[in-house]
Amino acid sequence: MDSALIPKGVKRCPTWQFLLWIGAVSVVLLWGVLAMVLVYFKGLNQTNMNNAYGFALWIWADLGIIALGGGAFFTGFLRYIVGKDELKNIVNFAVLVGFYCYVSALMILGFDIGQPLRGWFIFWHANVHSMLTEVAFCLTAYLGVLTIEYVPMILENRQIDKVPFFHNLSHNMHEIMAVFAATGAFLSFFHQGSLGGVPGVMFGRPFGFREGIFVWPWTFFLFTWSAAACGPCFTILITKITETAARKKLVKDNVIELLAKISGWMLAAYITAKIIDTIYWATVTAPSKGFTFLDFYTNNPGSWYGLWILIAEIGLCGIVPAAILITDKGRKNQATLWLAVILAVVGVCLNRWVMILQVLAIPVLTFETWALYWPSWQEIATTLLPVALGTIAISISYRYLPIFPQELELNPPESPVAEAAEVEPEAEGAPVEEGPVGEPEPAEA
Amino acid sequence: MFPFNFEWIWDAGHMLFMGGLWYALSILGLGLTYCILKAAYDSSKGHGASHH
Repeated sequence: MDSALIPKGVKRCPTWQFLLWIGAVSVVLLWGVLAMVLVYFKGLNQTNMNNAYGFALWIWADLGIIALGGGAFFTGFLRYIVGKDELKNIVNFAVLVGFYCYVSALMILGFDIGQPLRGWFIFWHANVHSMLTEVAFCLTAYLGVLTIEYVPMILENRQIDKVPFFHNLSHNMHEIMAVFAATGAFLSFFHQGSLGGVPGVMFGRPFGFREGIFVWPWTFFLFTWSAAACGPCFTILITKITETAARKKLVKDNVIELLAKISGWMLAAYITAKIIDTIYWATVTAPSKGFTFLDFYTNNPGSWYGLWILIAEIGLCGIVPAAILITDKGRKNQATLWLAVILAVVGVCLNRWVMILQVLAIPVLTFETWALYWPSWQEIATTLLPVALGTIAISISYRYLPIFPQELELNPPESPVAEAAEVEPEAEGAPVEEGPVGEPEPAEA
Repeated sequence: MFPFNFEWIWDAGHMLFMGGLWYALSILGLGLTYCILKAAYDSSKGHGASHH
């Protein structure tokens, strides 16, 4: 039915199957829309936020999504500025994932500001001393960059590309994409950093407070670094999930391995810096504010915040994935690669949780107790709404746009010539569509 | 955001902060304008019939 819109030569599932999938995800989407309507009409009383938790699930989701969307800026930086040419085969998908991460982040911010009609105040009446103002500026401008990077992909749709103006526009945008990518890297560096700067400058919250350089606490640099390290892991993870769902290979192993290697070394460097930062904070910064290290992790009945969370964040979800990704053997083994990218993604989300929620849970005055928080269903539904939206949008983009440049080469059209080519050694990993339904492509070592 | 806003002050904070924003927005705006104008020009010359 929609075959005229599908990129030439590639194979997609039948329309009914695609619509069934979109329909299933739309159930979650509609649940989120219901909660969104409630929040917009009834206000923030639909949430479990209170005086202790001005920042809650939404802000964690925002920071997590933005960190994971960092794969777009860092892959673009590597491709266009550093010149890693192999990454041209995954940069489109990184941009696609990043675009929907940032759309989601801004959508959630739209819920969180309480009065969306006054959202423009932060731009018009900017407080130039606020890290969050910088975040708002860079976030919005960077979404503009991602839109500019995404538009050429849409214009390359089989039917749209037939219009000469759109064909030329897409071509011209590709020609100067390095300029846009460099601007995106500049904007991303500052907004990722400023998100980390927010807990870092809160001297009234010793769990988050850090020293630093000039106006930038160490958390500024750690947040940017962790986004650059873990964002590409999320890109790899979503690529792998897409390949599993499509039951075919979409990106060559050497491309994934290069991105994983860079990501692994970035993660190793980040986690080393994070360990040094944690030791200095535990032994110097926190004691200077009258706290011992264990004050932040013990004597908190009813809460989850034990020492385990630090071990999970730095050890299990930091050192382990870094150790896997920096080794050739770890990257080439599909099981360990999956494990590493999942741990890295969980790790960066855990870091954002700790720096947002645990900061607010810890008592800072002698008469205070640990403040506990559990999100309302409206908060959960509105957080899942952009996830469902992103899933649908990525599914539609994959179906109708030439997102993966190597797809055709890896999955040649079924023909006698192609079938003959399958026996050739260089055609390994290609013919996945022919496998049994529901069985993922075998892992390649 | 603009010098005509009542709270605007010509200090280093405003110049750096807003300078950075307008610098980034200018690059995006000029880049996009160039692409659109060149696409219109190329199309008028009959280019764009084949894939790049």
